[in-house]
Amino acid sequence: MSDLRLDFRLLAGRDLATGPEGLHEHVRRLGPLPSADRSLIDLVAGSGLTGRGGADFPVGLKWRSIAAAPSSAVILVNGAEGEPRSKKDRLLMTARPHLILDGAFLTARALHAKSIVLYIGEDHHASRQSMKRALAERTDEERRLVRTFDAPARYVAGTSSAAVHLVNAGVATPTSNPPTPHERGVDGAPTLVQNVETLAHVALLARSGRATGTRLITVVGGVSRPGVLEVDAGTTIGQAVAMAGGQTEPSRAVLIGGYFGSWVEAGKAMALSIDPQALRAHGLSLGCGVIGLLPASRCAVCEVAGIMRYLAGESSAQCGPCFFGLRALADACGRIADLGTNSTDLFQMQRWAAEVRGRGGCHHPDGAVMFLQSALQTFGDEWIQHPPHVRRSA
Amino acid sequence: MKRQLTIDRIKCDGHGLCAELLPELIRLDDWGYPILAPGPIPEHLLPLAKRATEECPVLALALRRTRAA
Amino acid sequence: MDILLWYTTRGAGAVTLVLLSGSVVLGILSVLRVQSAAWPRFLTTGLHRNLALMTIVFLALHVVTAVVDPFTHLGWLTAVVPFSSYYRTLWLGLGTIAFELLLAIVATSLVRGLIGQAAWRWVHWLTYAAWPLGVVHGLGTGTDTWSPWFFVLTVICVGAVATALVYRLVAGSPDPLTGPRAEFEAAVQRRESP
Repeated sequence: MSDLRLDFRLLAGRDLATGPEGLHEHVRRLGPLPSADRSLIDLVAGSGLTGRGGADFPVGLKWRSIAAAPSSAVILVNGAEGEPRSKKDRLLMTARPHLILDGAFLTARALHAKSIVLYIGEDHHASRQSMKRALAERTDEERRLVRTFDAPARYVAGTSSAAVHLVNAGVATPTSNPPTPHERGVDGAPTLVQNVETLAHVALLARSGRATGTRLITVVGGVSRPGVLEVDAGTTIGQAVAMAGGQTEPSRAVLIGGYFGSWVEAGKAMALSIDPQALRAHGLSLGCGVIGLLPASRCAVCEVAGIMRYLAGESSAQCGPCFFGLRALADACGRIADLGTNSTDLFQMQRWAAEVRGRGGCHHPDGAVMFLQSALQTFGDEWIQHPPHVRRSA
Repeated sequence: MKRQLTIDRIKCDGHGLCAELLPELIRLDDWGYPILAPGPIPEHLLPLAKRATEECPVLALALRRTRAA
Repeated sequence: MDILLWYTTRGAGAVTLVLLSGSVVLGILSVLRVQSAAWPRFLTTGLHRNLALMTIVFLALHVVTAVVDPFTHLGWLTAVVPFSSYYRTLWLGLGTIAFELLLAIVATSLVRGLIGQAAWRWVHWLTYAAWPLGVVHGLGTGTDTWSPWFFVLTVICVGAVATALVYRLVAGSPDPLTGPRAEFEAAVQRRESP
């Protein structure tokens, strides 16, 4: 039984450093592609599988509403991975492309979808190569369903509506809803947008009959071996850090959930379970699974200022509050970081953060504001007492 | 019939006519974009609210029925 | 009676020119987001709309009196079919076109909520055709062209619109997001996947 369980991990199989697992090897290890029909929807719903793209939405629920739609659906396989510090999707596409393709084809069959769109980050060259080669190994019938698009290397280009907009209109900007891509997406059809890792889980689930219970995270920052880990349900952040070789030096705090995540004091963070539901109970979000350790020797304020500058620059400039608000917030952070604390900027930041939130056309400003607000709370003293110093380049 | 103001943030270009016509419910942020007061529109302001939605140069402002609590 | 009709046609035509020019200027000022503490945006847009509606009123008066006037020998057809009159065929025909364009522009503006912003905007751009056609019609058709009062009036109207237009072309977009939006769109264009 435990042998079987070992096989049904995403990263089981050949050494990750030795290149992509080809179709032959994939089938030899896991068996052929199972048949799929509507019953797969029940299996997925019963397994409790949730999305791995950041929203943690129950996959079965999503599938059920797509299945209920009056017209044929389109499956959009989201391999954009716009979060700069996340590496899990890239790794999966590079090393286990057939898991993802299996998941896509199984989903398409279960939902009677008419086509599949592969949306792969334009800078993820190894991933694109790997997925392309893997696709070439599949049957004609499968290949006919698939169209591949490059996801521009911008943060918001990985959003569902931006992905759909790129396919429909040639430009990856987020769009207003209604209608959501779910209702009317690619070519006007109901579109199921699913992260590559989620589909890989579907591929395993369809064979084993139950969810693996694992998830991929990317541990970055002050650890000996930063990178992607596959962790079982219930693993704590402290345990994941140990798997990543332990801390290189004591940490000040941990950023949970990447650039749209929240900062937590290191001591408190290590005990937390890497589980979206458990984290939600603490008012936190796992997001796309990036866990970043901030060494105590680094300046938190400067780190936050750098990330805010990045997020402000990633606004699609379609909405005033986001473009101008995030820029003002980033400028204020930058001034405090470079020139030292001043009460005007501190006060303005609180006001702007409260005003900007919820007033964009997509969730970009919300994510950025929540990131900043958690930083203001967690590093309270540092913000009030920050001395002027020349910022070390990142 | 309770109604609420909604705005398409992507269409909105910060013209600001809405805030001129309905200052009781709409004010502009530091960059000229509208901040809407939450909740249903008071009865006596409905005609002005309707006018504000019609005068928006890009039709970004709209009225919608308040969802039942 | 005949003389009254004739004077009314000419007078209404002149008033139409003034009102239309005023409306065009205000439309341009509206796009340029001109405003001050004492002059809110809705004043510009409100006046623009009212002048446009008044334009239609006087334009209708101008057309009707011209058609019923026995001296001109114009049938109702000439009011709607361009270049179908014997009298000053070309100049009058241009006026007919301008008339129809203006009707379409005002009608679509009244139902903008129903037809949507995109369709409305497309038709509204035709103002830049309707106005010059109206000016040329006035200079070519009227017997007043070279009488001082009409000539001066035309010069003032053309001057006002031309000034506003130059202002528009020189000022650039008053929407501060125009540049950044275009920059971002350029960065996220679909490229052919190899």
